[in-house]
Amino acid sequence: MTDAFAIELTDIDKRFGAVHANNKVCLQVKRGNIHGIVGENGAGKSTLMSILYGFYQADAGQIDVLGQAYTFTDSHQAIAAGIGMVHQHFMLVENFTVLENVILGSEGGALLAHGLAAARKELTRLGDEYGLKVDLDATIDTLSVGLQQRVEILKALYKGAEILILDEPTGVLTPQETEELFRIFGALKKQGVTIMLITHKLREIMSITDQVSVMRAGQMVAHRDTQATSREELAELMVGRKVLLQVDKNPANVREPLMKVKRLTVADSQGVDRLKDVSFELRAGEVLGVAGVSGNGQTELLEALSGIVPMTSGTIEVLGFKMDAKHPLTPRRLRELGLAHVPEDRHRMGLITDFSASESALLGYHTDPKINSGIWLSNSKVEANCQALMQAFDVRPADPHLKSGNFSGGNQQKLILAREMERSPEVLLIGQPTRGVDIGAIEFIHQRIIDMRDAGKAVLLVSVELDEIMSVSDRIIVLCDGEISGRINAADADERTLGMMMANALDPIDPLQTMDDQHASFQQASSQETQA
Amino acid sequence: MKRDTRITWINRLLLPLLNILTAFAVTAIVFWLIDVNPIEAAEVLLYGAFGYEEGIGYTIYYTTNFIFTGLAVAVAFHAGLFNIGGEGQAYVGGLGAGLAILFLDPTLGAWVFIPASIIGALIFGGLWALIPAYLQAYRGSHIVITTIMFNFLAASLMVYLMVHVLRDTGQMTPQSELFPTNAWMPFVHDVAAGLGYNIEASPLNLSVFLALVCAVLVWFFLWQTRWGFAIRATGKNGTAAVYAGINPKYIIIVVMCISGALAGLVSINELVGYQHRLIIDFHVGYGFGGIAVALMGRNHPLGIIVAALLFGTLYQGGAELAFEMSNISRDIVVVMQGLVILFCGALDYMYRPWLIRRLAPVTKQEEFVGAAI
Amino acid sequence: MSDLFLTVLLTLDATIRVSSPLILAAMAGLFAERSGVVDIGLEGKMLASAFAAASVAALVGTPWAGLGAAIIVSCSLAMLHGFATITHRGDQIVSGVAINILVGGLTIILGLAWFHQGGLTPALNNDSRFLSITLPFAEQLAFIPVLGPIYKELISGHTILVYVAFAVVPMVWWVVFRTRFGLRLRAVGENPTAVDTAGLSVIKLRYKALLIGGVLCGVAGAYLSTAHNAQFTRDMTAGQGYIALAALIFGKWRPLTVMLACLLFGFLDAMAVRLQGVAIPGIGEIPVQFIEATPYLLTVILLAGFIGRAIPPKAAGQAYVKER
Repeated sequence: MTDAFAIELTDIDKRFGAVHANNKVCLQVKRGNIHGIVGENGAGKSTLMSILYGFYQADAGQIDVLGQAYTFTDSHQAIAAGIGMVHQHFMLVENFTVLENVILGSEGGALLAHGLAAARKELTRLGDEYGLKVDLDATIDTLSVGLQQRVEILKALYKGAEILILDEPTGVLTPQETEELFRIFGALKKQGVTIMLITHKLREIMSITDQVSVMRAGQMVAHRDTQATSREELAELMVGRKVLLQVDKNPANVREPLMKVKRLTVADSQGVDRLKDVSFELRAGEVLGVAGVSGNGQTELLEALSGIVPMTSGTIEVLGFKMDAKHPLTPRRLRELGLAHVPEDRHRMGLITDFSASESALLGYHTDPKINSGIWLSNSKVEANCQALMQAFDVRPADPHLKSGNFSGGNQQKLILAREMERSPEVLLIGQPTRGVDIGAIEFIHQRIIDMRDAGKAVLLVSVELDEIMSVSDRIIVLCDGEISGRINAADADERTLGMMMANALDPIDPLQTMDDQHASFQQASSQETQA
Repeated sequence: MKRDTRITWINRLLLPLLNILTAFAVTAIVFWLIDVNPIEAAEVLLYGAFGYEEGIGYTIYYTTNFIFTGLAVAVAFHAGLFNIGGEGQAYVGGLGAGLAILFLDPTLGAWVFIPASIIGALIFGGLWALIPAYLQAYRGSHIVITTIMFNFLAASLMVYLMVHVLRDTGQMTPQSELFPTNAWMPFVHDVAAGLGYNIEASPLNLSVFLALVCAVLVWFFLWQTRWGFAIRATGKNGTAAVYAGINPKYIIIVVMCISGALAGLVSINELVGYQHRLIIDFHVGYGFGGIAVALMGRNHPLGIIVAALLFGTLYQGGAELAFEMSNISRDIVVVMQGLVILFCGALDYMYRPWLIRRLAPVTKQEEFVGAAI
Repeated sequence: MSDLFLTVLLTLDATIRVSSPLILAAMAGLFAERSGVVDIGLEGKMLASAFAAASVAALVGTPWAGLGAAIIVSCSLAMLHGFATITHRGDQIVSGVAINILVGGLTIILGLAWFHQGGLTPALNNDSRFLSITLPFAEQLAFIPVLGPIYKELISGHTILVYVAFAVVPMVWWVVFRTRFGLRLRAVGENPTAVDTAGLSVIKLRYKALLIGGVLCGVAGAYLSTAHNAQFTRDMTAGQGYIALAALIFGKWRPLTVMLACLLFGFLDAMAVRLQGVAIPGIGEIPVQFIEATPYLLTVILLAGFIGRAIPPKAAGQAYVKER
């Protein structure tokens, strides 16, 4: 009974420059448990796990694994101690095979031939034992996201992990694949593997974990037994105050369509169709939500509608103009017509981190004749423009000279939204507006989107967060594998229905089993275990 | 002083200074390796550059070239492109200047010849950069390798032309005919004499003012116009630039042509201002020197002028050094160029962590700035 | 034995000699780029090695000492490049260009100071050079039609470094594709974070790759000044380091195809030299400047991508930073 904890962290402290990422964090994880760690973006969860995995070194504090104290100076040591990590962004070499990826770092000898053969045997065994079947000779770039994740798990198990850490594992999975993953968790738990699950998805925490720890602003603020808590309590602990999970809004006053998309097909650079034959209308005065797991064509949709990426076939009518594959409209032209675009990835596209805030605030509008006097782009006008935007959207600190990269995620997002919204576009495309943004700013942003819709604009909202889609949208379409797999009014939508639509084009597993049902069957399986 | 301001001072002043000093220190080691007293060498060098009127004239004359090529490299850097083709572009720019002059009626006035030669240099220099630019933009060919190849091709082309086509038939060496006197850019010492000041003759000519004008124009273009904004955005983040409606292929081509054109202006200083004919190898060293100047000047016209002056000094001082000491040649300046590029370019952030720790450390109050909302 | 056959044979013979330094330099570049480090400094390393080899061979009296010196110098420069780009995460291209320019000046300065011959090193006598090796029975077998002359002219009669250059290619292939080190090397060039999380040192792997490249460039440079020629002359590499890079891209970073690309360059260069002074019907004599320009022109044409876009190792050109 006095088993050592699988993991015990005592007073872990870590700073990155001015940011105190982990502030005297303590954690105890029981062996054989599934332990969840929740927190907002920037709360310090990933940093903590990276320290546990040897990727970073803590400034202070102690790490005990299975009763033994360790100091990890690199991941090699953590792996040797029995810790395996499945990262949010997979650590796989795209053009290597599954086998090569698994043995990387544990090749078993200077020559590959022997190591590859041994690994093949062991991986086949592991695959059978845990139901983790993958084609060992396939290259990673041919595998689906769910299978790639399986490779990551196999990798960890191959290296002897007894404690498995997963960082936001379900963000890129369909409900089906998530189900599969949880089944695998069950099998692992049966074999005594301890699982640490880092996520911000409270429903998953409630349905699958035994215990949960909450982090906020670099500190560990609470531990709970999962059965003794609720989503609402966890959300409040994460944020520190009562959180409004719904948005108050008036009924929509929908008018004429401002954008008509007909049979839009977009192929990527390899010629693979990412968006297939998509048709829908976007009307003034409504928010059309586009739901779906990331990677199902949302990015291509946004980029095609804003002119960044060429269409393969189909037509788009927007604000009285028509564009198709042979007659594209450039991003500049679309902006002139009254279309604005808030990109999904603000660091990659939305602003330029090295530019000052006032220069980022000008991005896309640098040819505006109101700011240019002839050939001269007046600095004072550029700054004034930025000041106005910062005031309107409460961007802090309100300093136009500060480098864009130095603002927090939420403030960066608000600046971009201000830039795109304050010009009163007729059509607004928004991608993942609240990714990496803290709860206070989320409420603000949602309200602004509703304001635009009430002012008679047309808004296309693309998001992977079902809560956001359901609370902000008036109508919802669901993208799955590049096709529209469902259309529904927001009022009629719930997570079960949307989940069904998100998995529509895939395999015929009974989609009626929801998260709650999974939890029930889980509990049953675990209690059977302890009785045996 | 706020931490942010301190960091700016470190980045803009202290770091470049330390980097230069390191380059100097290593040069001193090189001198020591070849049995030359570095202090003595420095004295000879400074005397050669500033010790007598003619020397000063030469120094500023060389500086002019470095301003042109420094600006050329800097403009390209701002778009994220590395233009190593300055050597070739300067050389071919000379062809443009020379052709403009040699094919115009010699009775025309200077006010026709000079602008015509400038335009010729700009066009031809720009054209020589156009092909590598096009290949990079539309075929993905690495611009560094293609511009280096074009340097070699320029040499072959120009020698061929001067040997077979443009040769001054009265001479043995491959060079063109002498330009008509109306096509000579006035020497500064001549202009000064006209104004009543007596200064020693040197190659220094009015091109230096052209260089300064170019510096101002480049500054204005990059930071005070929407095209400069587009160029700098492309250099910092190509994806964001596309999002903003900027066409990156277009930018590559335009920027490289401007860059090549600026490099081409070296020929105005060298050929229209001094040699007064097309000669072989007038361009050697300025293209690569421009890289050092741009890096040292952190791609800003003001910094470039200062850096160009430094290299002009080294060039003239180096000539004096080679004259005074038998076992040094002007190649010592090339060594310095390489060291400056190394310490101001590749190793430019080497001292930064140390400087920041000592001069602008993180204090307790500055934790968690902007994290809340 | 017809004249045409002999001409072809001699051209191929010249091809092999011209391609050897390119092959060595390209293999050096292959290791660097496969590990994610762009090495524009091949030119500078070759030049510095050529200088070191010729100088030391002249001083000590044997080319092997020169070869050793060349390798040491080349590896030192490789470590400098690593220091700037790996440890200090500096721009890889700028670092390479800096090294090339630095070496261009330094070789002359040192040569002038040490040998007083205007930048040249002393001409090497036969003892201090690598000489052609006649393979066994070359003379005796020369009578066999076709194969005999091929053996005698083409295969036999090269300096040892030529054989080394060609032997290196299969060795490189084996190391890169059949060993643990090679697997890790390729991984580091595609996804260095994956390597880091597997508990391996990205930094050490890249330094090792650069070191191997240093050795190969050393041999290439030594070949130029102590085998192909008999002294060091100003800028004697004449862009071969860059041409090797072009061959690397053209050969898609695979040892065998890169070697073929180098042979192609060598062949066209040898052909162009053959055409010097020859009058072509309808065009007349090709000017010598055009002959000289051929390798550079060819490089541009090949890079213009008639063979399709070449996809480099994914992480090439970016310094590795642990992401927060």
